[in-house]
Amino acid sequence: MTAKTLYDKLWDSHIVKQRDDGSALIYIDRHIIHEVTTPQAFEGLRIAGRKPWRVDSILATPDHNVPTTKNERASGVAGIEDPVSRIQVQTLDDNCEEFGIVEFKINDERQGIVHVIGPETGACLPGMTVVCGDSHTATNGALGALAHGIGTSEVEHVMATQCLVAKKMKNMLVRVDGVLGEGVTSKDVVLAIIGEIGTAGGNGHAIEFGGQVFRDMSMEGRMTVCNMAIEGGARAGMVAVDETTLNYVKGRPYAPADDVWEQATAEWATLVSDEGAHFDTVVVIDGATIKPQVSWGTSPEMVLPVDGKVPSPADESDPVKREGIERALSYMGLKAGQAIADIKVDKVFIGSCTNSRIEDMRAAAAVVKGRQKAGSVIEALVVPGSGAVKTQAEAEGLDKIFIDAGMEWREPGCSMCLAMNADKLGAGEHCASTSNRNFEGRQGYGGRTHLVSPAMAAAAAIAGHFVDVREF
Amino acid sequence: MKSFTQLTGNAAPMDRANVDTDMIIPKQFLKSIKRSGFGKNLFDELRYLDEGQPDQDCAGRPVNPDFPLNHSRYQGATILLARENFGCGSSREHAPWALDDYGFRCVIAPSFADIFYNNSFKNGLLPIVLSDEQVDVLFSQMYASEGYALTVDLESQSVTTPGGDVFSFEVDAFRKHCLLNGFDDIELTLQDAEAIRVYEKGRRESAPWLFGAVK
Repeated sequence: MTAKTLYDKLWDSHIVKQRDDGSALIYIDRHIIHEVTTPQAFEGLRIAGRKPWRVDSILATPDHNVPTTKNERASGVAGIEDPVSRIQVQTLDDNCEEFGIVEFKINDERQGIVHVIGPETGACLPGMTVVCGDSHTATNGALGALAHGIGTSEVEHVMATQCLVAKKMKNMLVRVDGVLGEGVTSKDVVLAIIGEIGTAGGNGHAIEFGGQVFRDMSMEGRMTVCNMAIEGGARAGMVAVDETTLNYVKGRPYAPADDVWEQATAEWATLVSDEGAHFDTVVVIDGATIKPQVSWGTSPEMVLPVDGKVPSPADESDPVKREGIERALSYMGLKAGQAIADIKVDKVFIGSCTNSRIEDMRAAAAVVKGRQKAGSVIEALVVPGSGAVKTQAEAEGLDKIFIDAGMEWREPGCSMCLAMNADKLGAGEHCASTSNRNFEGRQGYGGRTHLVSPAMAAAAAIAGHFVDVREF
Repeated sequence: MKSFTQLTGNAAPMDRANVDTDMIIPKQFLKSIKRSGFGKNLFDELRYLDEGQPDQDCAGRPVNPDFPLNHSRYQGATILLARENFGCGSSREHAPWALDDYGFRCVIAPSFADIFYNNSFKNGLLPIVLSDEQVDVLFSQMYASEGYALTVDLESQSVTTPGGDVFSFEVDAFRKHCLLNGFDDIELTLQDAEAIRVYEKGRRESAPWLFGAVK
């Protein structure tokens, strides 16, 4: 038998029909939906008089538009001050009601960011195909699942048919060998990978993250890495199933139990790439060489180790890239050759589907404990990814640590990652952010985003500028 | 779905690499629950000098005089020339909706981000990949001649310049077929409803944990 990659196996087991023209009908096991990319899909269903094919495969929650302050959350949807956001969240409620879809509503304790609640509830499991109208759906690939973002037309298609029309992607292996240094986290690993392969490096590929570094990594860390596969151009990222995966899944509310658990784990054990399986593209990185990372520009590939210096356009020979650097320096208000450590931080955001899980909260709290936010930092938000993360963090007293340090402890949601609610950067403000994109205007009109790990963001909040958390 | 067969139209430039979906249509406009009306906010942060708001009348807003799409020579363009990795970032279908609503029917670039590429076909917007060199040629010819028009033919998979140069491009057979005919994807898939039911039944028996209901 031909040796298969993990992606080959996930693909093969979900083919409903291979068509002559090279496309295939792929069965979708789990569909997660939120308020931003679904209203037009529901409208399409209504116009055509269609119903969801398997309504119990769908899980809904509002996350992008929800306010994160207790006050604004207190009266639920009706209390959302921005009328356009309120209509969008209300529309999700109405659509779920009409079509009989289970929704964790705004003040349900299970509400949270789609990519946090999927794995956390066990709604997303190893071996599944998972889609959501959101490019960071690849997060679920950490479970050994085939998970990726889709557009709104496809959201409607999956609701109506339980299938996706797709063409198989190429296989890419990103192997990070060895052991990470002290203070170097999963976020640094994925930023370093994107710095290496570029934002288009994974285009057309599904990435498997392999090697010792990922074997040693927690599930939360693997989710952070898979989450940013799209920033490396790949729709899907995944990690093979091992003991860490099984230990994480066991006992979750929607996870199988008893006999079915035994049956499931026997199959999940096969969710690894076979020895000798073919990868179209292979990238190998030595984990020991990775340092804490900070992005300096307006694309996630514009990233450097914390001890680095902002690049000079003069050193770039490609004219399109040179212009890109010039434009990024101008937008970011930085000078060529400036040390990363000299960049002052105005705001700090710890949260997003990349870094809002309990491990992230703990890592940030460990740095902040007993210290004070720098006076020059206007605002430091800590936004847990879900109600469950919030409850757990509060049980551990992490909220107190943040509040005592002068930071704000908020309600769950996407928040300042993309600033669709009230949490945003002002023009020209630099932000140490644990989110995933540093595009122009992403966190607010004219805002300047620097992508970092939770520990690095916490250290920047204390110091008022970027510092090497290993020496902090 | 809207079909695409042949198009002759003026080209306009988006001359930078890695144009992301936040740039194509900023997030505040994603709050709309409609599928249309995004054209006036296409490239909002580049096109205007102030911060745009949803439902705002854009007529009185200060426009950026340096942005090519604001120049009279590019008014009415239906083909956008772009650089590598166009459409990177989020899965928002609002990006092709905005390009389409503005009047573009085709984007030509050396490469596209996967999700954007896929979303474009669903909306009758044809993304064409040509080589770096070919895209360079088109950019320089376009800058050199006002009213520069290209002819795009999906059936023959070709782009023809005013000078008569013909560049051919690749496109998946199934995407081409759907776009030429303007087929409704869902209708097509539902022709295989029986195959879906058979697959589902088999999996429900062999892997019941995949069918755990969300409650």
